[in-house]
Amino acid sequence: MMRDRMSAGPMSPEAIRAAADGLDASLFEPAEFDASSGERGGYSNYSYWRSTARGFIKNRVALVFLALLVTLLVFTFVQPLLPGQKSPTKIHIDPATGMQYRNVEPGAEFWFGTNTIGQDLWSRIWSGTRTSLLIGLIVGAVEMVVGIAFGAVWGYVRRLDGVITELYNVLNNIPTTIVLMLLSYILRPSFRTMVIAMCATGWLGLARFVRNQIVIIRDREYNLASRCLGTPTRRIIFKNLLPYLVSVIMLQTALSIPGTIGWEVFLTYIGLGLPVSIPSLGNLVNEGRQIMMSPELRYQLLFPTVVLSMITISFYVLGNAFSDASDPRNHV
Amino acid sequence: MLKYTVRRLLQSLVTLLIVVSAVFLLMRLLPVEGYFGDGYDKLSESQREAVLQKMGLLDPWYVQLGSFYAGLLRGDLGVSTIYRQDVPVLEVVAPRIPYSMRFGLVAIAIALVAGLAMGVSMAKHKGRALDKLWTGYVVFVSAVPLAVYLLFIQLYVTELFGLPLLFDKYRPSSWILPALSMSLGSIAGYAMWMRRYMVDELNKDYIRLAMAKGLPRSAIMVRHVMRNAYVPMAQYLPASILMTISGSIYIESLYSIPGMGGLLVDVIQRQDNPMVQGLVLIFSSIGIVGLFLGDLLMALFDPRIKLAKSEASR
Repeated sequence: MMRDRMSAGPMSPEAIRAAADGLDASLFEPAEFDASSGERGGYSNYSYWRSTARGFIKNRVALVFLALLVTLLVFTFVQPLLPGQKSPTKIHIDPATGMQYRNVEPGAEFWFGTNTIGQDLWSRIWSGTRTSLLIGLIVGAVEMVVGIAFGAVWGYVRRLDGVITELYNVLNNIPTTIVLMLLSYILRPSFRTMVIAMCATGWLGLARFVRNQIVIIRDREYNLASRCLGTPTRRIIFKNLLPYLVSVIMLQTALSIPGTIGWEVFLTYIGLGLPVSIPSLGNLVNEGRQIMMSPELRYQLLFPTVVLSMITISFYVLGNAFSDASDPRNHV
Repeated sequence: MLKYTVRRLLQSLVTLLIVVSAVFLLMRLLPVEGYFGDGYDKLSESQREAVLQKMGLLDPWYVQLGSFYAGLLRGDLGVSTIYRQDVPVLEVVAPRIPYSMRFGLVAIAIALVAGLAMGVSMAKHKGRALDKLWTGYVVFVSAVPLAVYLLFIQLYVTELFGLPLLFDKYRPSSWILPALSMSLGSIAGYAMWMRRYMVDELNKDYIRLAMAKGLPRSAIMVRHVMRNAYVPMAQYLPASILMTISGSIYIESLYSIPGMGGLLVDVIQRQDNPMVQGLVLIFSSIGIVGLFLGDLLMALFDPRIKLAKSEASR
């Protein structure tokens, strides 16, 4: 019966009205986007960031680490401005004997002692932390931008999916260590080399996570519904997609900082790190390692590694806690 | 299965081809001094030219790449210039392969057994002391750089248990710490995957049904939960292989194990270009072959994986 009518050409308005059993024809017009009815479905006063904060505050362990990390970060950058701080690279000389203050035990004058050539370990540690954090923050930021951009294209543009997936498989097959070592070996060791090498390897993981999330949520019913209702792309991105991505992006970025610090220590160990004239956590650990066989000098290894571990563990725990709190699936 | 194997093999071969070419071309960017060894300053300009000419380093890059592949097919990776002058790279590397292989495989095996056991015990005691203890371990191992905690293991654990500080192939006790150190990171990875898998699985309806039927817990574990446990294993195996390779480079050097990883650190420090190139190629190939075998093994165990296209979802 249907086919009969179709073949008879366009239906007259009367025929439509008859077929619709008196339904209102305006219901079949494409809907206009209406911002106010967009909010109607949500319950009273949900706010993404408020819910995230509420989830985060519930996590006691994370709060402790947040306090620790904030204290450490603030202190790291304020330390050179405090009174009575020594230069991290100056070699201190004993005025009485004219000799360098070598391997002075931690005490009132040198809080963390001095190293084998008479430099103040306390100020070296904070200066080194600044260097390593700077590398970590630059690399983290670059990874975030490149990873999101690449992952978004990978997830959204279906025609490129196959090609990029194959490319990913090629890159993912090579151990990161090898790529890092090769790049640092070819470009001469320097601050820039280290940043370039780490940026070149780090974004891949984030891109993969972003791509997977986008593929999963791109065609969910609620996104389909939003598109049908004429929701502007901007709103779809900010309200429908981004809240699901914040969690994964923040986790990967937070984890990239301890990762970067770890690579720096490793590259320094094999002789591809920063020049010894620049204090960095890698250089400090390496200096400490060279003298670790004499038990009375082990403080030179212990102090830098304790600071390093506090920073990396804080970033790790906070990244995970924030990622849990910001995942909209965990919001009430 | 055959189709999957062939497809996966082709993919690995293409990857290998791209990686080898990329590494070779990148190495051409290095200054040529690295090919002379100690005698660089003694040579005159024309003598240097002659040496470079003989090594083919003055040819255009595609000619060099071609002759490099021709050499590869004959099993020729070039000769060492500094580490052991004029000895073929393969000859230097060959006696070291068994050490690296043995340590790597033992470490992966330890990680698999210990990691899965840890994950199961975490899920079993979820929220209680044991779970928190192992979670602490996982957080520590994942957050603190491997280059740092392994150093402390070498320093203090050797003192604590009277184990040798350096590797000695005639002392079996010197094998323990390096192998354990190599597996620590992977243990944490397996434990996390396994815990997540178990917690998810135990909340599923079919497990509830089994419990309602009055099946003993151990039977549920063995017959239902553990049978599917290769899913978390499959998901983590590739990462574990790559992690072991990375760790071995540091650990072999730390304990002076005469394997390839320690050698790579040595030749990087002494700037022996052909050796670096050869070892980087060998390590990348091991990564590619390892992932290929790992995927194949998992496809054998679990027929669902080839349908799910493990390479895309990994």
